[in-house]
Amino acid sequence: MADVLIRGASLLGDATGDLGIRDGVFIPAEDIDAGAASTRLVDASGLVALPGLVDLHTHLRQPGMDHAETVLSGSQAAAAGGFTAVFAMANTQPVADSVGIIDLVHRLGREAGYVDVRPIGAVTKGLAGEELAGIAGMANGQAKVRVFSDDGHCVSDSLVMRRALEYVSTFGGVIAQHSQDPKLTEGAQINEGALSSRLGLAGWPAVAEEAIIARDILLAEYTGARLHICHLSTRGSVEIVRNAKARGAKVTAEVTPHHLLLTEDLTAGYDPLFKVNPPLRSDDDVHAVRQGVADGTIDIVATDHAPHPSESKDCAFDEAAFGMLGLETALSVVQHTLVDTGFIGWPDVENSLQHSGSNRTARRLQRAPRGGLSRTPHIVGPIRSAPRRNALHRVLEQPLSWQGTSWPRTSHLLCRGGHRD
Amino acid sequence: MTADYVLSESDIARTLKRIAHEIIEGTPDSSQLVLLGIPTRGAILAKRLAQHVADITGTTPPVGSLDVTMYRDDLSESAMRVPQPSKAPEGGIDDRVVVLVDDVLFSGRTVRAAFDALIDLGRPRAVRLAVLVDRGHREFPIRADYVGKNLPSALHERVSVYLDEVDHEEGVRVER
Amino acid sequence: MKHLLGCEGMSADEAISLLDTAAEFSALAGRKVPKLPTLRGVSVANLFFEDSTRTRLSFESAAKKLSADVITFTGQGSSLSKGESLKDTAQTIEAMGTHIIVVRHSSSGAAWRLAHSGWLRSSVINAGDGTHEHPTQALLDAFTLRARLHGDSALGKDLSGVSVVIVGDIAHSRVARSNVHLLTTLGAHVTLVAPKTLTPSEVDQWPVDYTASFDKALATYPQAVMMLRVQNERMKGSHFPSPREYISHYGLSTQRFRRLPKSTLVMHPGPMNRGVEISSVAADSEQSTILEQVTNGVWVRMAALYAVHGQEGSVNG
Repeated sequence: MADVLIRGASLLGDATGDLGIRDGVFIPAEDIDAGAASTRLVDASGLVALPGLVDLHTHLRQPGMDHAETVLSGSQAAAAGGFTAVFAMANTQPVADSVGIIDLVHRLGREAGYVDVRPIGAVTKGLAGEELAGIAGMANGQAKVRVFSDDGHCVSDSLVMRRALEYVSTFGGVIAQHSQDPKLTEGAQINEGALSSRLGLAGWPAVAEEAIIARDILLAEYTGARLHICHLSTRGSVEIVRNAKARGAKVTAEVTPHHLLLTEDLTAGYDPLFKVNPPLRSDDDVHAVRQGVADGTIDIVATDHAPHPSESKDCAFDEAAFGMLGLETALSVVQHTLVDTGFIGWPDVENSLQHSGSNRTARRLQRAPRGGLSRTPHIVGPIRSAPRRNALHRVLEQPLSWQGTSWPRTSHLLCRGGHRD
Repeated sequence: MTADYVLSESDIARTLKRIAHEIIEGTPDSSQLVLLGIPTRGAILAKRLAQHVADITGTTPPVGSLDVTMYRDDLSESAMRVPQPSKAPEGGIDDRVVVLVDDVLFSGRTVRAAFDALIDLGRPRAVRLAVLVDRGHREFPIRADYVGKNLPSALHERVSVYLDEVDHEEGVRVER
Repeated sequence: MKHLLGCEGMSADEAISLLDTAAEFSALAGRKVPKLPTLRGVSVANLFFEDSTRTRLSFESAAKKLSADVITFTGQGSSLSKGESLKDTAQTIEAMGTHIIVVRHSSSGAAWRLAHSGWLRSSVINAGDGTHEHPTQALLDAFTLRARLHGDSALGKDLSGVSVVIVGDIAHSRVARSNVHLLTTLGAHVTLVAPKTLTPSEVDQWPVDYTASFDKALATYPQAVMMLRVQNERMKGSHFPSPREYISHYGLSTQRFRRLPKSTLVMHPGPMNRGVEISSVAADSEQSTILEQVTNGVWVRMAALYAVHGQEGSVNG
């Protein structure tokens, strides 16, 4: 394979430099012969170089829901978005609550070959919230699962949550909770408030998220276990986590790109493209979560990429499925909402889009195979790419909403480099 | 108001009196007479005609108004038109001699719509048409029985009737 | 207007035009031929995914009085129960050649979706979508109020200064929402009465007064009291302790009714639960407008059909 010389890239948004790749491995740039005919030169001036991104929260839908997405198509979407590893949630059909399904997903990921697919195991059997799933089996299997989540459902029974936390604490596992009190959100469609009241859509009150988070943090502290909070969406949730971290609780939190960018007003036209769980919230909540990322209360941005077949969105609002796509647009959204607004800098993007962030998390949680996760450079710039249509596109393509800002899109040079340790 | 009236206030008054005479002449049994004006100005003219008939015969014939908006053939071409009030004349129109009254006769479509409206109201013995101005350019084979003034006009011109009750001036004007 | 989806955003002028048109249609009642040729050749489809015999018959009657052709689709035992979607059903019906689609559906926003998603070319009239709006009901309520209060001189008038109290499960009521929009647009003053558990969130942002006390609202001597039907399941469980308690606090009982001035109108969109939200004495009194509301519903729906026709043809999107 030809040598690749990337010139003039701004490394992590900072000093410019050159990068050299030979045979899929990084080598010092000066060792590459820039003049050789076979060397591929990439002019990266004006572009930012980032290591490959990791998504801690993705729905690959396989097994069982292949019409929506497969491990292969999901991996391709991830790669298109600049991700080199994704953690796949367990709410497949059948549910990934035992080592057999886990190993299947892991194998499918390796066969697809685009990104590292890390399966997440369910907390309870069938996501029913009653009996613990085969957690130890999954932890000891080939995929060495350390993150467990019933995402899609909340582990709402306090006793079951306590037991789950206790169980995983013995081997450094993490329970990732989808915080939604089911009793307070029966039939809920959008954020509860003046808008839901006017539209006649059942409301999803912020307190249904916050009450579960508060309870879980206390349980985690009590059991000494590690808790991760999925898709935080409200100001109240951010404040609860901030206070908990201040007193040393072992809690981490994530926010989705859509909750960094979109608000509930988009649902005023009853378009199910904007129907998501947790729902889009208010302007104030969006500001609070951005601030949360900036001050470290929220550790990472995770896409909660949730594909659905088009008929699940081409219907009446309350009949539609919840969820948005996110892999292809995550980096653009993070740049627009956090970097360009000054909340964080490019080095923080590396952390928040879960590179070292979740690598740290990941490394804390598991022995990474083959001695290290790949640090593949990823060139960002205002260039073309044509990812699939999703809610974010609908918004991004409306010039009025964004007052003509040119939208950052990513293009990437997939340089799969190993890290020579 | 001014000099460019083709029919002045006094012209209108004289013309209506003359039409009233003609109506009476044409209706041997004037107890059968009913005047039905097409709003807005046709209805006003119908009331005035009824008064003139009363001056001559001593009895006021029943007067009503007949809004024809719902019977028009061009409804889907423009914004919604709110119908004017229709008021049936006392005693109805069955077996009566109905004189339809309008201000300007032009294409004839309004009168065609009025026929349809009339038939849904009842079964008159006879229907006559009285207009203040006939400006020609008929699109339907309709003619008036009683005409105040024949006013040949070009298609692009506007023939406007102004009546004191709604316009606070009185006269007929041709606007180019 | 191409569609009639709700009372929100309707101007006072538009509303008064509709009411005045309905008033003219009401004159048909006395005529030999109580029918108009206005919508001859126009095809109206009633798409009633949610059961409602009265509203459906009212729309059918209205369409026929305007000489339109009517076809009706109801949810029961249809392809819908076999899983055909809103979009497919509507497109199938439109493919049979319709100009106006009247839709009732249990999902809030269903009429909006049909009108704006690019699926259809027809005009859409909302006959009730989930808990969102029921505009023709509000229009017939306003028409009834106007007619009772102003009689023959109602034409062109709005409802300035008229006080109306609306009682019941406001949170889940599309009739309440549409009435709040329309009555306030027409200048009326609205007070909502409901237990807190059946009150919409942030009702303080609505242009109305709210109280949980029916008696307190009645003490202001409103000109009209509108009782909403309350579903059985809302009077129990976590909404309210028991039907008996609901009735004693929020029902228009005979005693409460007798305390009202003789001029106060008693309204109800129907169907009534006699003895529950409204006593028979109240419902059958001179002050009750319940049957008039039904009659007026036909005229108002005729006005609605008339208002939207002729605007079809361009694709909605």
